[in-house]
Amino acid sequence: MESIRQLLQIVPRFGDLPQAFQVFLALLISCAVILAVALVCVLYLVWMERKVSAHMQDRLGPMYVGGWHGWAQTIADALKLLLKEDIIPAQADKILYRIAPVLVFVAAFAAMVVLPFGERSIVTDLNIGVLYVVAITSLSVVGIIMAGWASNNKYALYGGMRGAAQIVSYEIPSAVAIMTVVIMVGSLSMQDIVRAQLGGIHRWFLFRNPFTFFAFFVYFICSLAEVNRTPFDIPEAESELVAGYHTEYSGMRFAFFYLAEYVNMIVVAGVAATLFLGGWSQALPVSWVPNQLIPGPVMFTFKVLLLIFVQMWLRWALPRLRVDQLMYVCWKVMLPFALVLLLGSGFLAVYWK
Amino acid sequence: MEVEYSGDTMTLNMGPQHPSTHGVLRLELKTDGEVVADAKPHIGYLHRCFEKHAENVEYPGVVPFTDRMDYCAAMNNELGYVLAVEKLLGIKVNNRVRCLRVIMAELNRIASHLIAAGTYGNDIGSFTPFLHCFRDRERILDLFEESCGARLLYNYNWVGGLMCDVKPGFEDRVIEFVDYFEPLVADLNRLLSHNYIFIKRTSNVGILPPDVAVNYGVTGPNLRGSGVKFDVRRNEPYLGYEEFDFEIPVGKGEFGPVGSCYDRYMVRIWEVMECCKIIRQAVKKLTPGDVQETIPKRIKPPAGDVYMRSECPRGELGFYIVSDGSLKPYRVKVKSPCFTALSALPYMARGAMIADIIAIIGSIDIVLGEIDR
Repeated sequence: MESIRQLLQIVPRFGDLPQAFQVFLALLISCAVILAVALVCVLYLVWMERKVSAHMQDRLGPMYVGGWHGWAQTIADALKLLLKEDIIPAQADKILYRIAPVLVFVAAFAAMVVLPFGERSIVTDLNIGVLYVVAITSLSVVGIIMAGWASNNKYALYGGMRGAAQIVSYEIPSAVAIMTVVIMVGSLSMQDIVRAQLGGIHRWFLFRNPFTFFAFFVYFICSLAEVNRTPFDIPEAESELVAGYHTEYSGMRFAFFYLAEYVNMIVVAGVAATLFLGGWSQALPVSWVPNQLIPGPVMFTFKVLLLIFVQMWLRWALPRLRVDQLMYVCWKVMLPFALVLLLGSGFLAVYWK
Repeated sequence: MEVEYSGDTMTLNMGPQHPSTHGVLRLELKTDGEVVADAKPHIGYLHRCFEKHAENVEYPGVVPFTDRMDYCAAMNNELGYVLAVEKLLGIKVNNRVRCLRVIMAELNRIASHLIAAGTYGNDIGSFTPFLHCFRDRERILDLFEESCGARLLYNYNWVGGLMCDVKPGFEDRVIEFVDYFEPLVADLNRLLSHNYIFIKRTSNVGILPPDVAVNYGVTGPNLRGSGVKFDVRRNEPYLGYEEFDFEIPVGKGEFGPVGSCYDRYMVRIWEVMECCKIIRQAVKKLTPGDVQETIPKRIKPPAGDVYMRSECPRGELGFYIVSDGSLKPYRVKVKSPCFTALSALPYMARGAMIADIIAIIGSIDIVLGEIDR
């Protein structure tokens, strides 16, 4: 945001505007930029997912639209979704039905404002950034329950209930896994966490100590559950619940859920990259190569893409868990394990330094 | 499984338009939360009056209708009917016809089991094996296409012979396919059958004990999955199956009680390997000959009735034909393996979870076209 504000100074008489208005304008522009980036990213993540799944399944995937490997396929799909009829079931709770997709999308998107894309490319570096991410991503649960309830469809209701149980449960181990890093850094600010990992790959929390190493895996698995990806996609299990909580949605409202899913993927991969893979920091130690050999945003994007690829890979390789098994994994495996990691990393933070 | 129900149940209609009821099956589920108290299958959405139609066409004309019963294994269906009529007429076919019929039937069994395994993976949530299975099935369909021109509904087995002889080099292409396919079963096992989540999802679910399976009249891979070694090809051989050397795989209960969904699934995987063995032997036995020499000019069986059973991929398929001495059958009754398998579904479904219902339906591998006919 700060860099955008500085950029705006070149606009004639911008400096004459009231201070609060300047901040507001800069914030607005940076939010618009991040929204645009997110939407374009989602379009290409959908394309990437289709390509990854296709090549895993001995297919080619989209090949025609746009020429080169069907690069414009998802753009065409998005246009189609925009033009489709918006159907609201007669017996649905109309207001909740309309609010739900927006809420889910906003919850997913709002988390992006604290993702540190680079040293200065961040919308706002909240001093409670991590807490903010944990809080705002859990807002999507409200939207999911709303969608499930308002659709007035039994499958949607099942999907909504499953989603609520799953996301609320998995938030606990994932938050505990995040805390292991926060304890080591001593700050909740995303940028502080990245700065603590500067100086090469050995400084990343993934490789710093065994507790944060395992915490990465706990966080990654739990984040899969939080964003409803296979093997934890039971809220929208297509072979059981048709499409789960968005069974009744069509057109652009359906697209909002779809967008939210992919934005969520970016968010959890971005948080994992920030907390455990050093965010925008370079992989090689500073003494080996000039500091800014690869720009920070490129480094960050690369790490996020890598994690997203792993998510897709898992999705197309693994079967789905059952509801009770999912809860078992959460409460009896992940949570105790995460608590042990938290304890260990607490000990390290106190006695090692 | 003993489950206490709160008494506050919800009726959930699963199907007929549901992604994984394998056709147009409708299940009326009484659910208490995620647990299913009772499941009641409703059938008939694909009823096409096969048995009545059969009474109004001449004997050879029934064959294309049998294709449309179990469209995943059309070769085996028409084989069952053709064998019944031949038994009625007392026709003995020559060696070439017999061997070609065995090759086609076993190839179609592989194709059918591939669909079963692939869609089962899809039911459990793993989409990739589905397309891997369909990729291999395409090769079988290519072989059928070059032999009879059709890829799904073949009309290849005729009363007294075959529609036409296979193209030159067919034997080599069959062996080439078997060589290509056999190692791929290990791939499927690595991807799906031995997956930890898959085993957890299927091994303790939908238990069908052997005695219950027999009482319900369940046949085929579903019965063998319960550990009962019964196969019509072995117990009541036809088409010279007694000359072939093959095992009858039965469920072993590796990861739970015998008769679970996992056992039924694994029986199909093992059976595919046995089919490959049979095909290799049948290709060796193939001798030159005229595949149409025993086709009668006019099919007019004497008055009487006949029951012929054969092993179709889904179990024992029986044809009961009554002849009144005219050109048309007086009555054709089909004993459908899927129907008996489906009748055991409520037993297996009681106390299961919604996700398990899908796993159970997938594991009994029903084709609604055959149940409703």
